[in-house]
Amino acid sequence: MGKAPKKRSLADKVRKTKTNAAIKNNPFEVKINRKKFDVLGRKTKHDVGLPGVSRSKAINKRKETLLKEYKQKNKASKFVDRRLGEYDAKIAPEDKILQRFALERQRIHEKKDMYNLNEEEELTHYGQSLAEMEKFNDMVNSDDESEEKGLLSAELTASHFGGGGGGGLLRKKTSGEQQQEDGNQRAKSRQELIEELIQKSKQEKRERQVRKEEAQELTEKLDQEWKSIQALMVKKTAKAEHTDKPEEKPKLDEYDMMVRELGFEMKAQPSEKMKTPEELAKEEKEKLQKLEADRLRRMMGEEEETKAQSQTRIKTSAWNLFLSPLIFSDPFFPLVGFLFYNFIKFFFFLAPESYEDLKDLLCGHTPENQRLIVARTQKCNHPSLAVGNKLKLQKLFGFLLEYIGELALRTSPELTAVDKLLPELYALCQMSPEAAAAAVQLVLADAAHSMEEQIEVKGHAPFPTLDSLIYLKLTALLFPTSDFRHPVTTPALLYISLALTKCPVRSLQDATAGLLLCCLAVEYVSFSKRFLPELINFLTGSLHLAVRDKTSLGYTVAPPFRRAGKCSDLLVLSDPESCRSWRKKPLPLSATRCLELKSDLDRDHHRLTCLSVCLDLVKRCCLLYNDLPSFSHIFQPVGSLLSKHLSIQTIVCLLQELHREIMDAISSAPTTHRRLVFNKKKPIPLKLLTPKIVEVLDYGKKRGCTREEREKERLKHKYKKEFKGALREIRKDSRFLAREKLNEVMNRDAERKRKVKELFGSLATQEGEWKALKKRKRK
Amino acid sequence: MAPSKKRNVNSRNTSENVSKAAKLDLEGVVDRILESRKHANDIFDVLESLQSEKERDVVSALDACCRLFSTLLERKELFVGKLPAEDEALSGESSAEDKCRIFMRHRYNACVEILLEHLNHEQFAVKESALCCLMKFAAGQGQHPLEDLEWSEHHSFPRGIILAVVENLTSKTTDNTLLISRFQEFLEMDDVRYYVMSALRESVGKVMEKNKGTLLPVYQNNVFTLMSSISMPSQQSELTNFMVKLEDKPEDWRAAKLNNHKRAFEKMWLGFLKYKLPSNMYKKLLVILHDSILPHMSKPALMIDFLTAAYEVGGAISLLALNGLFVLIHQHNLDYPDFYKKLYNLLEPTVFHVKYRARFFHLANLFLSSSHLPLYLVAAFTKRLARLALTAPPTGLLIVLPFIYNLIRRHPSCRVLLHKPSTEDEPVEDPYLMDEEDPAQCRALESSLWEIKTLQKHYHPDVAKAAMMISTPLSEQEEDISELLELTTYELMERDLKKPQDKKSIPLEFETATQLLKGGGDVLAHHFCLVSDE
Repeated sequence: MGKAPKKRSLADKVRKTKTNAAIKNNPFEVKINRKKFDVLGRKTKHDVGLPGVSRSKAINKRKETLLKEYKQKNKASKFVDRRLGEYDAKIAPEDKILQRFALERQRIHEKKDMYNLNEEEELTHYGQSLAEMEKFNDMVNSDDESEEKGLLSAELTASHFGGGGGGGLLRKKTSGEQQQEDGNQRAKSRQELIEELIQKSKQEKRERQVRKEEAQELTEKLDQEWKSIQALMVKKTAKAEHTDKPEEKPKLDEYDMMVRELGFEMKAQPSEKMKTPEELAKEEKEKLQKLEADRLRRMMGEEEETKAQSQTRIKTSAWNLFLSPLIFSDPFFPLVGFLFYNFIKFFFFLAPESYEDLKDLLCGHTPENQRLIVARTQKCNHPSLAVGNKLKLQKLFGFLLEYIGELALRTSPELTAVDKLLPELYALCQMSPEAAAAAVQLVLADAAHSMEEQIEVKGHAPFPTLDSLIYLKLTALLFPTSDFRHPVTTPALLYISLALTKCPVRSLQDATAGLLLCCLAVEYVSFSKRFLPELINFLTGSLHLAVRDKTSLGYTVAPPFRRAGKCSDLLVLSDPESCRSWRKKPLPLSATRCLELKSDLDRDHHRLTCLSVCLDLVKRCCLLYNDLPSFSHIFQPVGSLLSKHLSIQTIVCLLQELHREIMDAISSAPTTHRRLVFNKKKPIPLKLLTPKIVEVLDYGKKRGCTREEREKERLKHKYKKEFKGALREIRKDSRFLAREKLNEVMNRDAERKRKVKELFGSLATQEGEWKALKKRKRK
Repeated sequence: MAPSKKRNVNSRNTSENVSKAAKLDLEGVVDRILESRKHANDIFDVLESLQSEKERDVVSALDACCRLFSTLLERKELFVGKLPAEDEALSGESSAEDKCRIFMRHRYNACVEILLEHLNHEQFAVKESALCCLMKFAAGQGQHPLEDLEWSEHHSFPRGIILAVVENLTSKTTDNTLLISRFQEFLEMDDVRYYVMSALRESVGKVMEKNKGTLLPVYQNNVFTLMSSISMPSQQSELTNFMVKLEDKPEDWRAAKLNNHKRAFEKMWLGFLKYKLPSNMYKKLLVILHDSILPHMSKPALMIDFLTAAYEVGGAISLLALNGLFVLIHQHNLDYPDFYKKLYNLLEPTVFHVKYRARFFHLANLFLSSSHLPLYLVAAFTKRLARLALTAPPTGLLIVLPFIYNLIRRHPSCRVLLHKPSTEDEPVEDPYLMDEEDPAQCRALESSLWEIKTLQKHYHPDVAKAAMMISTPLSEQEEDISELLELTTYELMERDLKKPQDKKSIPLEFETATQLLKGGGDVLAHHFCLVSDE
C-alpha cells in the first residue's frame, strides 16, 4: 500500500471527526461566492460553499462506486457475501454476530427438533448431529426413488435398482426383513426371485384391466339409461344424437363445466338489510325534505341544473307499478268473472292512437273501471316494454286531458270520473314531464286565446267554463305552483288573473265561477305566499255585490266590477229573514254553469253561501299576506267595506265569526315600517398599485409569452444545465480513474523497486557472507 | 211641386201591368228616347220601374236613368233657368223645343226626388247605385249648369243636390255607416268636400235646434261618421281634384282655397260639438281629435272649451281629453293652471284596466318628462302610482314600475322615496294621504315606496324582478316603456308558453295527486264538492 491513499483517508477521517460547525467556521474551509448585487428577498443556497467537504464527499462516493466497478472490471466471477447483514452498515458488528447466531439456531431448531419434547440440544458438526455420527450407519435415503410412477411397487423398484456390485436389492432390505428372509427363503435363487416378481406384476396388471373394463361397462350402461330419460325430457332428438359424438370424454367435460359453473356462479350478494318501518319512514321523510328544499329554492327563483334525483325516483316508482302483478292482483279480475278467464289472460290494452279510440275504450264504464282501464293501458305499454311506448303514453296523456275536458262539459259533469282518472294522469305526468307540460300548456293557451279574442271584440269575456277550471286545478296538482317561474303554472296564474279582471259578474253562476277561480288562486299562492292583486280586487268586488246601499262608499272597486249599475246588487239578499234557514254546505262544481234555484229562498241561500266563501277567502288572504309591508293598504277597501257597509250587526250570525276574524287580522297588522334603503353593497376596494406577481418557475432569462413556450424554454434550460453537470461529473470520474490508475502504476513500480532492492540487498548480504566465508577460509 | 208630379206619375202608371213593365227592355227604351223625341213619353216606364218593389229592377232602372239623364245633360236637352210649372209651360206659348225641354227637366227633377228617396232604401245595392247616380248627375250639372249663373260665389257647383244628398245621408232613423264609407270616395274631390262641409254645418244646426239639444244617437252617429270620414288636405297645392272642372279657375271661388276649407271644417266641427254627445261618441271623437281634427282647424284654440269640459267629466273621457289638451298646450300655448292637479286626480285604480291605458301612460310619460316640475309633484305622482299598483294587473305593473323608476331617474331628489338611510331605525307609519286631492298637500315626499317592496312578492316573475330593482341604486339610463304599453295579458302568457325551455328541467309536483279537490291547502275542498248531495 502506498502512502498517499492512507494520508487522504486520514484527512477524511479528520474531517469527519471535526464537527460541522467547526468546519463552517474555519475560514480556510469556507469559500464565499461573491455576489455582484444583492436581490432583496431572494434566498440563495450557494452563497457559501465548503469545497473541501464537498470534494471529499465526492471522492468517497466514487471510491464506493466507481472504484469498485473498476476493480471488478474484466472479472468473470465475483464474491457476494450472503451472510446476514453483511452489506448493512447500520448494524453494529456485535449485533450482526448475535443475529447471525440466532438465525442459525432457529434454522436447526425448525429442522430437527420439531417434535422434540425434551428440549435437549444436539451438538452438531457441519450441520450433522454428533450423536448420530457416532453410530456410523450411513443410510441411503430412498426418498427420491419413490417419486417414480406410483404403479411400481416397492419390490419392483428394489429389484430394478438393487443390482450392482455390493449394494443390491437383496442386501438393501431393512434389517427386520433381512432376518425373516434369512430364515425362510434362503434357498431361492436370484432367477426364481425375478420370475416370481414378473408373475406378480402380470397378475396385478390383469386385475387392473378387469376392473377398468367393469367400470367402463357400468358407465356405458348408465349413459344408455340417461339417454332414454333425456329423450323424454328434451324433445329434440337431433341434439341427443349430436351429444353422442363427444361421448369419449364426457366425464371430463361435465366436470370442467361443473367447475367452471361453480366458478362463475354468482356468489350470494350481501343484500341490503331489511328496513324497519321506522327506518323506511325516516328515509321517506328525508326524501320529502330534500324535495321540499328543492321547491323552496325554485320558489326563490334560483336556477337549478340537475333533476337527476327526481328522475331516478320516477323510474323506480314506474318499475314498482309495472312489477305489481298485472292481472290477478287487481280487483278487476273478479268483476269480469271466471268465464272470461282466457279473455282476461290476454287482456292487453293497446294504447289508443286517437282521441276517438280512447273514448271508445272508456265509453260506458263506471268511473272506477275507467281508471282501471287507463291504469292497465299504462302498464301494458310501459316504456321499458317496447320502443315506441313512451310516445304512446305521452299521447295518452293528451287524450286523457281532452277526455277530462269533455267529461266536465257534459250536461251533467261526470266529475267523479275525472277524480278517478287523476292518479293515472299524475303517474303519466311523472313518466314524461316534458310532454305533459306541453299538453297542459296547449290547453291553457287555447283557453286563453279564445278569451283574448272575445276581449278584443267586446272588451270583456264570459267566465271560463268548467273544463278550463278543472284544467287549472289539474295544473296545480301536476306541477308545483310555488316556483318563481314555471313554464306551466306561471301562464296558468296569468290566465286566472285575466279571467278575474276581464270577466264581468252578471249572474249567480258567474259569481260562483269567480269564487271558484279565487279558490284556485288562493291554492296557487298558498305555499309561496305571492301577492295576487286581482284576487283581492275580485273578492272586494264580490263583497261589494252584497252591499245594499251603494252611496258614499269609502273604497273603490276595480274592474270588472262597477260601483253601481246593472248586476251590482247580485248578492244582496232579497229577504233578510232567509238567512235563518240557511246552512253552509259545499257547492257543487257544476254550480259554475247551471244553478237550479227556483225560489227566492234558494237564491238567497246561494247568495249566503257565496258570501261565506268570499269571507273565508278574504280571511285566508289576510293570513297569507300578513307579512307584506303594504298589508294595511291592500286590505283597506275590504276593511272599510266590512266595517261600514257589511258591519257585523247586519251580517248573518254564522258569518259573524269570519267577519270578526278578518277585522281582527286587518286591524292587528302593523302599520309602521322601516324606511326603504338600498341594500348595502360591498365597498369597492381601492385600486392598489401592487405589482403583478408572476409565478417564477426557474430563474434566469425568460423568453416567450405563452405558457407552453415558457415551459419549453424552461425544459431546454434545464436539459442544458443537466447536460453540463453530467459532463462535469464524467470528467471528474475519468480524472478520478486516471488518478487511481496512476496510483496503481506507481504502487506497482514502488513494489518492484522495493523487491529489486530487497533482492539486491539479499544478494549483497549473500555476497558479503560468501566473501566473509572466503576470508575465513583463507585465514 | 215635385211631389205632386210624382204622385201624378204613380197614379198613371199603376194601371199598367207591373210585370210587363218590369220586363221592359229598359236599355232599348233609353235608346229610343235618346233617338227621337217621339218616344219621350216612354220615360214614364223607366221612372215607374225605378219605384218597383224588386231590387234588380230598381238597380237596372237606376242605371238606365243615369245614362239617360247624363246624356240629356250633355246634349243640353234639359231646360235651363227658372223652371215654369209643367202645365203652364205645356199650355203656354213656347216653342215645341222648349216644351220638350221643360218636360224633360220636370222628369229629371222627379227622378232626382226618387233617387234621394232611394238613399233610405233597405237594400244597400239600391242605396249605393242611387248615390252614385246622384253624384253623376251632380257632376253633369256642374259641367252643364241648369241654373243661371248669377251666383258667382259658387259658380256652377250644384249645391242643391249636394245639400239634399247630405241631408239624406245623415238620416235620423237608419245607420248609414256603410253608405257613408262609399260616399267617402266622393269626398276625395275638394269642391265636393267643401260643399258637403258647409251643407253639414247647416243641416246639423237646423236639426239640433229643432230638437232643442236632446240626444239623437242615430243622427249624431251618422253625422259623426260622415264628418270623421272627411280627410283634409294639408297644403294648398293638394287642392287639384275637383268634380266641377272650371276652365278659368276663378280667383274668388271659395272651394278652391285651403283657408276656406279649413274654416268650413272648423265651423262644421264646432257646430257639431256645441250639442250634447252620447258618451261613446265622446270617446270616439276624443280618440281622433288630436290626430285628424285639431291640425286642420284654422284656430285650434277654439276647441279649448270643449276640451276643458271633457277634461272635467272624469274617468275615461278625461283620459282621452288629455291628448287634445296636450296638443293645445304644446303647440298652441294654452295655459291650463290646474293641469297637473287634474292629472293627479285622474289616477284611479281603473287607469290600469281601461282600454286607453297605453295612450294614457304614453301621455303621462310626456307630461312628466319635464325636468322643471316641482319635486313634491313628482313625488306625489310616484307615490300615487305605486299605491295604485297594488291593484293593478301584471301588464299594468310592467308599465308602471319602469315608469316610476324613470320618474325617479329624472328627478334624483326623489330618491328619498327609495333610500332614506338617516331615519332607518325607527319604523314609521306611511304619512302619505291617498285621499288628498292636492298633490302639494299629500306628504308624498315624507313617505317611502313600500308598495314596490310588496310587489317583490308578486306572483309574476317579471314583475317581481322589476320590483327587485329598488334594492340597488337605479342605473342612469332610462327604460323605454313604449313597447310595454300595448302588452296584453295574453301576450305575456304567450311569452312564457313559447319560451324555448330546456326540456330537462320541468319540475313536477312531488306530492302524489289522489283527489281532484285536494292539495294546495284544500281551499277548494273546503268550499266545493264534486257533485251536489241532493
